[in-house]
Amino acid sequence: MVEVRLNVNGTAAAVELEPRVSLLDALRERMGLTGTKKGCNQGACGACTVLVDGRRIVSCLALAVQYEDREITTIEGVDHPLQQAFVTHDGFQCGYCTSGQICSAIAMLDEHKEGTASAVTEHVDEAPELTEDEIRERMSGNICRCGAYNGIVDAIEEVAG
Amino acid sequence: MTLPVHEPGASQPHPRGTGRNPATGTRRTGRHQPRVTTRVDSGEAEQFSVLGRPLDRVDGHAKTTGRARYSAEYAYPNLAHAALVCSTIPRGRITAIDTAAAAALPGVLAVLTHHNAPALKPPQKPTPVNLATLAPGTTVNYLNTDEVHWNGQPVAVVVAETVDIALAAARLVRPSYTELPSTLDFKAAVPDAHPQRRNAMLMPGGGSKGDAEAALAAAPVSVDLRFTTPMHNHNALEPHATTAVWDGDELTVHDGTQNIDWTRRHLAHRFGLPLARVRVISTFVGGGFGGKGSVWAGTILAPLAARATGRPVRLMLTREDVYRTVGGRTPSIQRVALGATADGRLTSLIHTSITQLGRVGGHPEQVVSQSRHLYAAENILVEQRQVDLDAVANTSMRAPGESIGTYALEVGMDELAYRVGLDPIELRRRNEPERNPLDGKAFSHRRVLETFAIGAERFGWAARTPEPGSMRDGRWLVGMGVAAAYHPAWQLPASVTVRLAADGSVVVKCAFHEIGVGAATAQAQITAHALGVPVEAIRVEHGDSDLPAGPGAGGSAQTASVASSLLEACAKVRREVFELAGRSADSPLRGRRLADVRARAGGLFAGAAGETYARILTRAGRSHVDGVVGSTSRLGELADQARFVAKFLRDGRRWVKAASGAQFCEVRVDPDTGEVRVSRWAGVFDIGTVVNAKTAASQLRGGIVMGIGLALGEETLVDPATGRIVNATLAEYHVPVHADVPHIDVTCLDDPDPTMPLGVLGAGEVGITGVGAAVANAVFHATGRRIRDLPITLDKLL
Repeated sequence: MVEVRLNVNGTAAAVELEPRVSLLDALRERMGLTGTKKGCNQGACGACTVLVDGRRIVSCLALAVQYEDREITTIEGVDHPLQQAFVTHDGFQCGYCTSGQICSAIAMLDEHKEGTASAVTEHVDEAPELTEDEIRERMSGNICRCGAYNGIVDAIEEVAG
Repeated sequence: MTLPVHEPGASQPHPRGTGRNPATGTRRTGRHQPRVTTRVDSGEAEQFSVLGRPLDRVDGHAKTTGRARYSAEYAYPNLAHAALVCSTIPRGRITAIDTAAAAALPGVLAVLTHHNAPALKPPQKPTPVNLATLAPGTTVNYLNTDEVHWNGQPVAVVVAETVDIALAAARLVRPSYTELPSTLDFKAAVPDAHPQRRNAMLMPGGGSKGDAEAALAAAPVSVDLRFTTPMHNHNALEPHATTAVWDGDELTVHDGTQNIDWTRRHLAHRFGLPLARVRVISTFVGGGFGGKGSVWAGTILAPLAARATGRPVRLMLTREDVYRTVGGRTPSIQRVALGATADGRLTSLIHTSITQLGRVGGHPEQVVSQSRHLYAAENILVEQRQVDLDAVANTSMRAPGESIGTYALEVGMDELAYRVGLDPIELRRRNEPERNPLDGKAFSHRRVLETFAIGAERFGWAARTPEPGSMRDGRWLVGMGVAAAYHPAWQLPASVTVRLAADGSVVVKCAFHEIGVGAATAQAQITAHALGVPVEAIRVEHGDSDLPAGPGAGGSAQTASVASSLLEACAKVRREVFELAGRSADSPLRGRRLADVRARAGGLFAGAAGETYARILTRAGRSHVDGVVGSTSRLGELADQARFVAKFLRDGRRWVKAASGAQFCEVRVDPDTGEVRVSRWAGVFDIGTVVNAKTAASQLRGGIVMGIGLALGEETLVDPATGRIVNATLAEYHVPVHADVPHIDVTCLDDPDPTMPLGVLGAGEVGITGVGAAVANAVFHATGRRIRDLPITLDKLL
């Protein structure tokens, strides 16, 4: 067992855990932050997406011990216009992928603002316009089995302006 | 969003001029007008109804803030975690299980096998007297037997202090087996297919009219085609999860289920408990699609582990466990043969199917269902056969039967259209039946051709040039395809309590399921409509067996089933409130007739004369009025069930009821790589009354998205030598992602079915039907290649 200082949603906490424990399990099982979801536990679905220093990661493939003193934000710590936009545009049904979709979209918007290219960006040396195709490509790591993709894209478009 | 919204004064965009009569709130129906037998609800006559409005989900903010809790997210002191050990052979007996290494791992509390697990009663045989006997996914008495019936059957459970320890220890458990001969290869077993032994979802396995084979042989134009579809898995994003807590001999289970009542009854039976000692809580379910409609191993093994260890136990299946221990959609082999006159009138329609059953469970999939109803062929033959495999029992998955059945039938119709030289929509127009083709029963509601007409307009079908390969966009081959959507309408029993409080607030109680369909939102709107109160004044409690029993969330039946009882309960509340008012000389309602009274503005009104509920209840000294529908006694339940079955059979003799629609798809195909991209979609649906335009459209879109997966990517691969599913991961089972899904244009006719509660036909399943065919037909139009084996992967196009 090791003790790790995890700084989650602005609050630092010492958590005792085995080194093999993922950040996802640390959040859900040790810290009671169940808003972050476990869908596949192998980085294939995106339900466990959280923000670390503003970047999106899949927390199931991250070891908690590697994230000591990093700034971790889970859905419980998110206060963003995307949340209302998801409700308005019905960007979810069962809600199980929603935390991950929202965290992922927040970071994705920042990545786009920084001019990061995606696989569908035509000219990688120019700042890409955030078209629907760009949003879809950049959000494709987050599966929604209910098929609320249209609403999610609409919500992101509304917030991106 | 193109759904009509019921705003005051808004014109209804119904193409036939059907729709709500603004004066009475009633709505005219389509051309078939069987007698309406549903309750004429006097309170429904409010002019500007909340019904149909695209309201936000009542649980929306809970889901966007992480507050909505699912079954693995309930904390209990001293909670332990369980993990499964699943068999690696398909059939045989366990000769020994070495648990020493697992048990020695620090933090392991117990390793349960058939040697030391508490005894459970075996599952009951299904009987129509107790529909809950249909609950178990398989007949296996897990951890109470040394028998192995499929590759992946749970044979041991490890309980440990943490989930990591449980999973690590599970890998150390070493079972030894004696293998027995097994049948594993679906396609190889086809020669042994047997006739259907029992009804599929209360539907017969076969049927015929005339001599379809002879008519096919004599037809001037014909097609005779063979299709295959693979096994599919639901892959609800929330893996099945159960948190089980014993308090003495009382059991509380948090379980993500589509059937709280059946789960509760099944657990009570297996653990030998009185029903009152079992509580099942399922507030939010992270997707179901049929995969959580039966009781599977995890739901039984979590309380078993909790009983054995004396600790609360959580068992969240791994994604791989879900594939191993929960059934999926059966693979199918189908024959569609169509004979027609030179001008495209069907003289013969043959649709036969072979699907699989597990030897320890599964139901005969109703693959030919839609082929009984869609086309006016002179001669019809439909038949379903099955093969028995030593495989995990198959189960319902979104539109079981029709999802894959419409694929084969509607590709067949497209091929026939080319053979006859007709536009595929015109071919359907020439074969539209007046009555149910197989037996001449009346349709309760039938507007299939209108959905095609509206869809053609919205989609721009007229721009299509029929010749395959004739349309291009740059280097992409462009194709457009069309297909019919069809799903029967069902209704199940439901108990509902409505409490109207003296402050005008309303609480609705019913143990229905929120699997993502917006059920609580829809029922709040129906309550607001029936009682004339604002939606904000209504709280809907669901997902808990302490509430009155709800219907299962399946067959697209939940909304209509709850609505039926909810409307009745609201009518009882109105009647009692009206009687209370009538007892007071001060009430403007005194001396009025109930039939003239409307529920609106938070009260009852006869014309302008009336008063609020708050005023009536306060004056009468009542804190609340309850409307109760359904019985809580066992005898009452049996009577309710008998009434339900009688109505089900009576309705079935009189009418064919179904949701239907038309699917329009445009694809782009890369001529060099065979890559298929769905670039446009339009779906037009007749789902009866639309209760919430926003959530209904989402349901239909979700069905189309899953259908795109069925068409282009989804396939559970089974090793025919070992019976083991080899792609039991979300990385290797390809569900649609954002990049695969274009904007989906959805339109609903919003025309109530005259025989269903509130006119609701159901929206959850019809959306996926016809999708596979629309894609396949578009791919043919783009490339000239007919792919009759799903999924349409690029290797099949090269």
